[in-house]
Order: sequence, then C-alpha cells, then structure tokens
Amino acid sequence: MPPTEQASQRRQHIDRLTDRARFIRTETVRLTRIAGAGHYSAVFSCAELLAVLYYAQLRLDPTRPRWPERDRFVLSKGHAAIGLYPVLADLGYFPASELDSYTRLGSPFGDHPDMKKIPGVDFSSGSLGHGLSISVGMALAGRLSGADYRTYCLLGDGELAEGQVWEAAMSAGHFRLGNLVAVVDANQLCIDGFVRDVMNAEPIEQRFAAFGWQTRRVDGHNLNALLDVFAGLHIDPDGPPQLIVADTIKGRGVARMELSTEWHVGNLVGADYDDVMAELVSGVEGT
Amino acid sequence: MTTQNQSEIFNGVAPLRDSRSSDGADTRAVPAFVFGEELAELAEHDSRIVVLTADLARSNRSVDFAARHPDRFINTGIAEKNMITVAAGMASCGYLPFAATFSSFAALLCCEQIRTDCAYPGMPVRVVGHHSGMTMGFYGTSHHSLEDIGLMRCIAGLTVVCATDANHLRALLRASLDHPGAMYLRLGRGRDPQVYPRVPDIEIGRALRVREGTDLTIIATGSEVHPSLAAAELLAEQGIQARVLDMFTVSPLDREAVLDAARSTPAILTVEEGNVTNGLGTAVTECLYESGHRVPVRRHGVPDEHVPVGPPAALYAHYRLDAAGIASVARDLLAAAPTERSHT
Repeated sequence: MPPTEQASQRRQHIDRLTDRARFIRTETVRLTRIAGAGHYSAVFSCAELLAVLYYAQLRLDPTRPRWPERDRFVLSKGHAAIGLYPVLADLGYFPASELDSYTRLGSPFGDHPDMKKIPGVDFSSGSLGHGLSISVGMALAGRLSGADYRTYCLLGDGELAEGQVWEAAMSAGHFRLGNLVAVVDANQLCIDGFVRDVMNAEPIEQRFAAFGWQTRRVDGHNLNALLDVFAGLHIDPDGPPQLIVADTIKGRGVARMELSTEWHVGNLVGADYDDVMAELVSGVEGT
Repeated sequence: MTTQNQSEIFNGVAPLRDSRSSDGADTRAVPAFVFGEELAELAEHDSRIVVLTADLARSNRSVDFAARHPDRFINTGIAEKNMITVAAGMASCGYLPFAATFSSFAALLCCEQIRTDCAYPGMPVRVVGHHSGMTMGFYGTSHHSLEDIGLMRCIAGLTVVCATDANHLRALLRASLDHPGAMYLRLGRGRDPQVYPRVPDIEIGRALRVREGTDLTIIATGSEVHPSLAAAELLAEQGIQARVLDMFTVSPLDREAVLDAARSTPAILTVEEGNVTNGLGTAVTECLYESGHRVPVRRHGVPDEHVPVGPPAALYAHYRLDAAGIASVARDLLAAAPTERSHT
C-alpha cells in the first residue's frame, strides 16, 4: 500500500476512534442524567483507552459473547462502567435502547458492571483492587487450556493503593503471564484529591518492573500514540506480563471537570447539561 | 515437644496420637486429610479441576494433588485474597477451582473476595477452609476460626458445608463437582476421628441422621458430630436416647430435618466448633422460631469471646465441646425444659 494511502487510512481510523471516544463521553453524560448521579470524570479519562481497546485492539465477536477464544477485558475500575455500556451496545451485544433503563429498579445496568446480566462483560467489578487478580486467573486459564487469547485489565492509578493489586502483580510476574496486559489509567485523581498527595502510586512503571513486568508509558489521550503502543506490545505467552501506563486527565474533555475533585460523582442539570454536551460535541479531538 | 513435632501436629497430617482421645475416639484415627488425594483422583476424570493454595500445600495435602497434576496446581504464596480472586477468574473460563487455606484466612481475610468475586457472580469456586474452629489450639486467636460459619452463611448464593471426617470429605468433594455456584467447605485439621466407615451417600442440603432417639435431638456439624455421637452414648447409659443429626450443610439449612426434630423430640441441642453468634445454632433457632415451634433449644458452641490458648483437647473440655461436656449440656437442657412438650 502506498504511503499516502496508508496515511489516509490511518487518518480515517483516528477519526473513527475520535468519534467513538466522543460518543463514550456524551453517552456517559446522557446516562448519568437518567440515574441522577454518576462517575463522569473517571470515564472521561479513559474514553480514548476504551475506544482503542474495543474498536481496534480486542479480539471479540459480539454475536458470541461467551466465545472461548475471545480476548478478555476486565474493567477493574468498575465505576467506569457507564462508559463501557454504550460501547457494548454499539458493538451489538444488546440493543442500545436497553440502556435507557440505566440504574432503574431491576435494570441490568448499574453503576458497576454485572457479568451475569450484561452480555460482553467478562467479569463483574466494583470493589477496587480485585480486577488484576481476576485477570491473572483468566490468563492462567488461557495458558492451561492452550488458548491464545489475551487478557486486558484496566485499572486506575488511585486503585493501586489496594494491596491486592500488588499480590496480583507479583503473581503475574512470577508466573510469567505474557498473555496479560494491564493498563493503568493514570488520571492523577482519586476521590479525596491528587493521588500523589493522598497515597502516591508513582513510580508506577518502576514498581511493576520490579515485579517482573515489561512496562511502557504513553499519553492516554493521544490516539496515534495509543495505537502504536498497543501494536508494539511484545506478546510472548511465557514472557513477562505487559503494563501500559496511560497518562491521562481525570475529567478530560469538559473544562470544569478536568483535574477537579468536585466531579468524581456528579449530576449535570438544565443549562449545565446542554453546555457540557455542546462542549463535548465540539471539543476533544484525537491528536 | 520439638518444633518439628509441633509443625507436624498443626501444619502437617502425620498420623499422630489423636488429641481428642479424651472423647473416647479411636486413637489410631487415620490421617484424614484426603483432600489432595481425593481431588487428584477426581481430576483424572474431570479436566475442570484445579487446586490453589497459599503456601500451605503440605498442611492441606494439596501436595498430593500437585504430585499427580502439577500443571493444575497453583501456589499463590502467602497471598490469600489473590488466591481466591484468581480462582474466580479461572472459574469464569470454565475451570472448577478448589482454593484452600486456613479457614481463619479463607473466611475472615477473604470474606469480601468470596462474596464479591465468587458468590455474587455465581462462580463455581470451592473455598476450602481447613484447620477451622479451635483446631490450631495454642496458635491463638489469629489462627482460630470461630466466626467463619456466621460470616459465610449470610452470603447469598454461597453453599456452606462442613466435613465430618475423611470419608465424608470424600463425599463432599464428589458432590461438589456438579453443585451450582460458589461453595465454602469447612474442614478440621485432618485427623478427625471416623464417623463414617465408608464414603456416605450424601445430598448437599440434606442432613444425615446418624443416630436415632426420642428424648432430644442433637444437631451437630463438622468436628462436633463425632463427640456428639459419643455424648449420645454416654446419655444412653443414663437412659436418655438422643437423635443425632449431622447437619453438614449449614446453608442452605435442611429445614425439614430441623422441623421434624422439633415435632419428634422434646428438645434440641445444637453443637458446633465456633462462636454461637450467627452459627448453626442460630440458623436452627431462626428456622424453629419462624415456623412457630417453641421447643426448648440450646445453642452450644464457643461463647462470644476470644478463646484462651491451649491444646485443642483442653479447649474442647474447657468449652464442654467434648463428649462428656456435650452430654452434660444435654442434661442441663433437659432439666430446664418443661416436662410437657410446649411446641405448637
């Protein structure tokens, strides 16, 4: 393929991912209004990550949600589920109209994802610190069964204060789970303030590296860079587990929310809702 | 006693002198920790079975499984929470994990992992809590597990069973293979005196009636079934005939067996090696009271306190959880009970 055509295709790909990241953000705002409260900013920080994972990286077949050979995805930062549900609907796991029941009595869709109720959710989450252990189990199962799927786990940086993360990290390194990819959405904030002030997680790369992981760091809002970093993963089934630290901004895409501790959970009403929707529709561009 | 010997008593399963011989138990009791051996055999025919432990492979005899199925044995090191959740992840991919550690760590340290990662999503993880109750004796409260029944039985979607002896454990492991959802298996320390000379036919959720009698019913579970049977023999010498139920499934409770006991015998004594708060006795009492039965009940176990250190046999005697003690509690119960049956 000529270089110009390649570049054009890449541009189209980026445009598509930019559009899907925007979709994730606007759907998060729309669904939050149904619930009356929701985690906006923790989704906004990983919108590009979710877009790249689900529209470019994961090996999936939405017509077969339990396909044994599918890549696994564990949303360890389960409070970002409101950003995952629209993606699953968009890919065809269930009708998008079902999302209108979000958080209503008996709805499959709560603030945290339920694998028993939502096709496409590989494991239930919500209690921080568990997801990497779940992913280790999935990766061990893949190795034992001879399957070549990969397991991806998305964690937050505040979540790294949970001790179980490090039990899991240690075991992944010990077992040489090269089929495991952990992604840290390093959005800098936890509920009470900056992660560095509340309980510093850095240096994240060095800490994981000391546990036997191969690590990379990337701008988590830069779609080009994200595509490159995922494409460049060195997957050796018996090699070191892979870590991607994605530097992101909590609340990215809405000025009032960026790096603000006021918007971990919130609700936009009236003109604020319209303003934020307009800001998102005209706003964040992939770079 | 040398350190090595202590290690064998509490962390190993060497065929040592049985410390409960004061109960009248067979002092030649076989090493009953058949956990690893039985699973190794079952795994020959069931490729779903994997076994995990957290640096206690010799203690729970998962080494016997590892020797035959090394690829299906995972040692997470001293990281119990990771072990339980890793097991849940494997279960989501079609495996049937047995994750074993001391019950104090399995149930207390990992309570939330069992609830959130196993029971809530319906993962068929078999959490195996061994060395339960006071079997760790002078190791002290950190290693005692008196609260596990109470904690586990209030988790929705979690089946809670207690192994009575080696043959019963074999039966439980076999029955667990096709049981839906998550399970907590409460084991003793592996030298439990024999109650069942052969592997019993069991159905999870159905009590086993191991002795017939009409003067009272003793409902026991796990390690207390054997001394309860021995207590029944002591009572029989005094003309008191006790029915004994092995209520090995604590959740869901065999309500019919409890209600039948209330209809058939004038008093009920529950016996468990654990804190009576929210334990088997509480489950039985809830069942009786809510069903309108006012039969006299005594919940016998460890009172709501941290127990002193001491050899297990001494602790059982201290808390009247040996045969003589259980018999004396039964006599107290009958002496205090109204002579007329007062239940509805």
